[in-house]
Amino acid sequence: MQYADDVTITFASLSKNELLARSFAAAYAAQFDPTVRELEDIKTAISEAVTNVVVHAYPDRIGQVELHFSSQGDVLTMEVTDRGVGISDIQAAREPMFTTKPEQERSGLGFTVMEAFMDELCISSVSNEGTTVTMRKRIDQKRSMDMA
Amino acid sequence: MEMRAVISRNMLHIALLGELDHHCASGIRDKIDTLLCDPSIKKLVFDLKDVTFMDSSGIGVILARAAAMKRRKGGRTVIVNAQGQIERVLRLSGVYTLVEREDEESEARGCSMRMM
Ligand SMILES: Nc1ncnc2c1ncn2[C@@H]1O[C@H](COP(=O)(O)OP(=O)(O)O)[C@@H](O)[C@H]1O
Ligand SMILES: [Mg+2]
Repeated sequence: MQYADDVTITFASLSKNELLARSFAAAYAAQFDPTVRELEDIKTAISEAVTNVVVHAYPDRIGQVELHFSSQGDVLTMEVTDRGVGISDIQAAREPMFTTKPEQERSGLGFTVMEAFMDELCISSVSNEGTTVTMRKRIDQKRSMDMA
Repeated sequence: MEMRAVISRNMLHIALLGELDHHCASGIRDKIDTLLCDPSIKKLVFDLKDVTFMDSSGIGVILARAAAMKRRKGGRTVIVNAQGQIERVLRLSGVYTLVEREDEESEARGCSMRMM
């Protein structure tokens, strides 16, 4: 479903676009008046998800990364989708320190960081069809602090 | 991302400036490893004062260097001046089980030799 506030961006799975993705996410989130910390959380989580597409989704080619930003009330949703190899064991992938690329000095902490910095993390994946990572964050800390 | 490296006595002091993500991780890794070819280096210091962003790719860079330092006799790794988002990612990663944390600027900076 495409609502008026939704934004979709597609770009190539090149590492230089990790910075681009962080900038897009920060720009989208800015309209919800987030705290500095909330903005950092959002940039960190999107960076992890997009880096995963760049590193893991397309082992021997450049593919597409699709970002979808949307909101419902004060909850921001970010979806990161690829059409790559998929994740065969999602439970294992979510474990801290689990990585299939230790030789590239991957720390295996990407999903751990996303989980810690967001309110909700959902991973759906189909082998050889791709992966969608959905992250939600409530942007309300500033307002509740102002009211206190 | 920029990197300034200083070697003084047995210490390699690495100051990073900018955003440490996957895109620049391998470049930083290679520069540090070239300097670490000097076997007399026993202390590796990461000064993160001017790092404005870091994610788990940065953790990978730090952890692998720290593990290499640990294999040296008397080798150790220290992180100084980590704040905000950087410190939160570091704490979450458990990096401080392998790396010491110091708050102050490194003591030997004033009399050090500039390398790059
Ligand atoms: N988009 C993706 N496509 C395919 N595999 C993925 C994707 N994202 C994550 N993975 C798998 O999940 C594992 C864990 O991811 P993560 O926690 O970010 O650690 P890391 O990226 O350091 O390996 C990866 O090693 C990889 O096997
Ligand atoms: Mg990752």
